[in-house]
Amino acid sequence: MADKVVLLSSWASVFGLRVQIALAEKEVDYEFREEDLFDKSSLLLESNPVHKKVPVLIHNGKPVCESSVIIQYIDEVWTKGPSLLPKDPLQRANARFWTDFIGKTIYPCGSKIWRNKGDAQVQAAAKKELIGILKQLEGELGERPFFGGETLGYVDIALVPFSRWFYTYETFGRFSIEKECPKLMAWVRRCNDRESVSKVLPDPHKVYQRNCGLKKRLGLE
Amino acid sequence: MVGGREVKLFGMWASPAVRRVEWALKLKGIEYEYIEEDISNKSTDLVKYNPINKQVPVLLHHGKPIIESLVIIEYIDEVWKHNPILPKDPYERAMARFWATYSEDKCRSAAREVFFAEGEKRVKAIKCLEETLRALDEELQGKKFFGGENIGFSDLVLGWMAFWLGVSEEVASFEVLDPNKFPWFTSWIDSFLKVPAIKENLPPRDKTVEFFHSYRRLHLAAPKC
Repeated sequence: MADKVVLLSSWASVFGLRVQIALAEKEVDYEFREEDLFDKSSLLLESNPVHKKVPVLIHNGKPVCESSVIIQYIDEVWTKGPSLLPKDPLQRANARFWTDFIGKTIYPCGSKIWRNKGDAQVQAAAKKELIGILKQLEGELGERPFFGGETLGYVDIALVPFSRWFYTYETFGRFSIEKECPKLMAWVRRCNDRESVSKVLPDPHKVYQRNCGLKKRLGLE
Repeated sequence: MVGGREVKLFGMWASPAVRRVEWALKLKGIEYEYIEEDISNKSTDLVKYNPINKQVPVLLHHGKPIIESLVIIEYIDEVWKHNPILPKDPYERAMARFWATYSEDKCRSAAREVFFAEGEKRVKAIKCLEETLRALDEELQGKKFFGGENIGFSDLVLGWMAFWLGVSEEVASFEVLDPNKFPWFTSWIDSFLKVPAIKENLPPRDKTVEFFHSYRRLHLAAPKC
């Protein structure tokens, strides 16, 4: 029986983009369904009744929610492609820790920068915090080409979609991530060399336009 | 018994995150050395092994640190394969991880909100917490444990609700664990607390209530930024 894989997501969702990269790495065929986050489909609401959020992977009718859960599921089901998580338990623990760290820190911090409604102090603090987080990740990367070692892995997949949001953070926050974290930006360029990343990730200027529109719609200008 | 001197756990007696790691170690029969940390005066070892957030629990295995309780439990399950904590089937594993994430992302923050809120904010926070209990109650329908017939990963991660939520209710004077509203969840609490590895590894209730009273008082007295 052929696998039927559907991904409910939104083109700019960092969490959804992670899943798309994972599916591309494993060369899994899937149907992408764009969700309007202001008018969620009944399929999304039924598949993720607890959070009502994207991304949701529906594999042969069964939904899996939460990007980190989905990526581990993909890694465990499609075993023919490259392993996304390392084989060694200590390295796996490390990968899980950093992926969790990325998920908990960058998004809320970045939001405080671009969703900011004129509070310069909050924005300045968030900027400092974001730079701190990115420098910490630079430290963790060290001299390796990828967090996964010689190839793209779980942590790389978790982090790289945020790189398309850097332009948004930089423009609203008036700073340069290249200037603050050049090693991390070099890593971003290496990731972009991979088809699974370059074909999936959106144009940062498009992301910025989308966020400008969203900010207006949410009355945050 | 496996483990012994090669396994060390840095913990704090009242912490639910630490206990869940101990439950995992006990379920696997892993021997370990426990090191109690004074949170107000952290040891140089703790800071050395967890420089990122300097928090407990930290598991040390052959001198290598593993941090974050959910990450630690998965590590334990992968190194010591007997008495598995996570199921074999990838979909079942995804469900177990989903509910574990739900515990940490939604339930803990909802409970924390109620614990520290007052007045109107408290009423709103209780509604949010009850929503999480409703979701958990629904998930448990027809099951003894989240893991099915036996406790598993989600049970260990959600386990704080079986003991520490009751403590919070007493300390902050609120009530959410209503068997009429959440029959499956309250029944799960009873079953969970009867499991020997859990029952024999809980902090003393009176001491925990006292600790959380002080913790709450301190937090409410602190200047609001």
